[in-house]
Amino acid sequence: MDSLTELLNGFATAAHPTNLLYAFVGVLLGTAIGVLPGIGPAMTIALLLPLTYALEPTQAFIMFAGIYYGGMYGGSTTSILLNTPGESASVVTAIEGNKMARKGRAAAALATAAIGSFIAGTLGTLALALVAPAVVTVAIKMGAPDYFAVMVLAFIAVTTVLGSSKIRGLAALAIGLLVGTIGIDPTSGQQRLTLGLPELADGIDVVVVAVGLFAVGEALWIAAHLRRTPAEIITVGAARMTREDWRRSWKPWLRGTAIGFPFGAIPAGGAEIPTFLSYVTEKKLSKHPEEFGQGAIEGVAGPEATNNASAAGGLVPLLTLGIPTTATAAVMLGAFQGYGIQPGPRLLETQPELVWGLVASLFIGNVILLALNLPLAPMWAKLLRIPRPYLYAGILFFASIGAYAANLSTFDLWLLLILGALGFGMRRFGLPVVPAIIGIILGPTAEEQLRRALQLSDGHVSGLANTWFSKIVYVVILLVLIVPPIVTRLRTREPVKVGD
Amino acid sequence: MAIIVGYVPTPEGIAALDSAIDEARRRGDRLVVVNSTRGESLVDKRFASGSQWESVEQRLAESGVDHELTQLVASKDAADQILRLADELNAELIVIGLRRRTPVGKLILGSQAQTILLEAECPVLAVKSHRSEEN
Repeated sequence: MDSLTELLNGFATAAHPTNLLYAFVGVLLGTAIGVLPGIGPAMTIALLLPLTYALEPTQAFIMFAGIYYGGMYGGSTTSILLNTPGESASVVTAIEGNKMARKGRAAAALATAAIGSFIAGTLGTLALALVAPAVVTVAIKMGAPDYFAVMVLAFIAVTTVLGSSKIRGLAALAIGLLVGTIGIDPTSGQQRLTLGLPELADGIDVVVVAVGLFAVGEALWIAAHLRRTPAEIITVGAARMTREDWRRSWKPWLRGTAIGFPFGAIPAGGAEIPTFLSYVTEKKLSKHPEEFGQGAIEGVAGPEATNNASAAGGLVPLLTLGIPTTATAAVMLGAFQGYGIQPGPRLLETQPELVWGLVASLFIGNVILLALNLPLAPMWAKLLRIPRPYLYAGILFFASIGAYAANLSTFDLWLLLILGALGFGMRRFGLPVVPAIIGIILGPTAEEQLRRALQLSDGHVSGLANTWFSKIVYVVILLVLIVPPIVTRLRTREPVKVGD
Repeated sequence: MAIIVGYVPTPEGIAALDSAIDEARRRGDRLVVVNSTRGESLVDKRFASGSQWESVEQRLAESGVDHELTQLVASKDAADQILRLADELNAELIVIGLRRRTPVGKLILGSQAQTILLEAECPVLAVKSHRSEEN
């Protein structure tokens, strides 16, 4: 097996003491931000983007991937103990997890979440190592029209599948694409949307965009809603499970992995949909359906395995095609671009040390995460006592430093403020941030592929769909657009069946 | 006339509540129990949870003193809340619990109790928890 040899080489890279240290820092930070609601892996990686000026790419991505995985672990702790999801991926976990905790079974809920995350994370990473080279052999044959079609699919799927309103999703995507076009047009050399400001000629630095939309926007939003009645936290000792818990958990873990990985790999907006699917599946298959809603362990084991598997799945399109399926992956793509590395089918050839070191460090990170979360979950919960003014003041401080460090210009700080106000406004009016960030980061690449495809076809629009692959993708896009509204319409006509 | 007690779900807070009930009974006064938070952190262990608040209510009902419970989420510190309330109700006495602190702890940390002791217009009864009740 070729990829297994490569993976072993990757372990050699990952086991280097410096890389181990960055993996450790990443998972530690990831768990912490996972525990804290409102602060997610995307914001954290955005805040850490300036570090990429000083770090080797391998070290930076090992740390970022650790944050991504760690966030999935930490989110469950808050869901279970506080009934407030730490991450959007842990929303479903709160349903059964908090009920279990209220019945005095918090230790078992935390244990099944941590062990499930470990198993799913490990299997998911293994699947990533096996699937990625296979995807590359297909992707290497893809031309500009094919790429453009896949990117359009990513845009459409992220905007229409995620969130409550398609109009809002499309509006957010449009904002993202608009911001992405600022700067010099790479094909014609003309300035676009620069308002005559020379500082904008190079476009807006991805650090400023990501930090402004995520960190500053979120901080302003929280500051506007600062006071709320503190929630009641359930105190618990170290996580542990009984034999019965193990017997009831292992199947949901495996099913969750099987659901999460493919959903992570397609641009369906991250872990929200697969975790919900996993919950529904476990409820249908359970031998104790009456326990659902009362604290069923399957309802924690399944979704928690799912969100970790989807994190692993999300790395497949990012590394092999350069297409992000979640906000976190989008910010990581921004980091790749900062290094001048274009993720895509050639990444495995040109940067084998980076890719396989990253994959291997995910295995190691998973082991560290299990060790950090199984005995220490109650300690992580103490982070929730931090007064939020301190927390967000710190975030704003690091956000400003990061934006300034990008080009050492005060212009970027004003830009940061404007983008932060935009992020605040989007939250205020319910526009999802994810399509915008994907639009900003993926937009310029999509434009490049579009222009290339049109040049090849002498400007004929038919050149965009002249391969069988792109035709299939456009059919899929049509289905994504047409099928859900039809299904909802049919559903509202039929009487709702009880027992769903 | 009224007696105001600042309640927190800790041994000191419970000791303060005990003393306040005794005082209210002795003076025949109305007892106002205050528990407040600035609501800035997601978890505040000094904010009474539903069950803790219920047990306070039960204790007051059993004691038979005329009482009122106020729980609020507000921008001001607990000390400011108590002082403002004392002013409004023209309180006769404020009862607070004191944490035991090391000399260094006293030096570094500002305290709500200190603010109340220094700024209150009425007498303040400061109560410490029994040593055996502490962890």
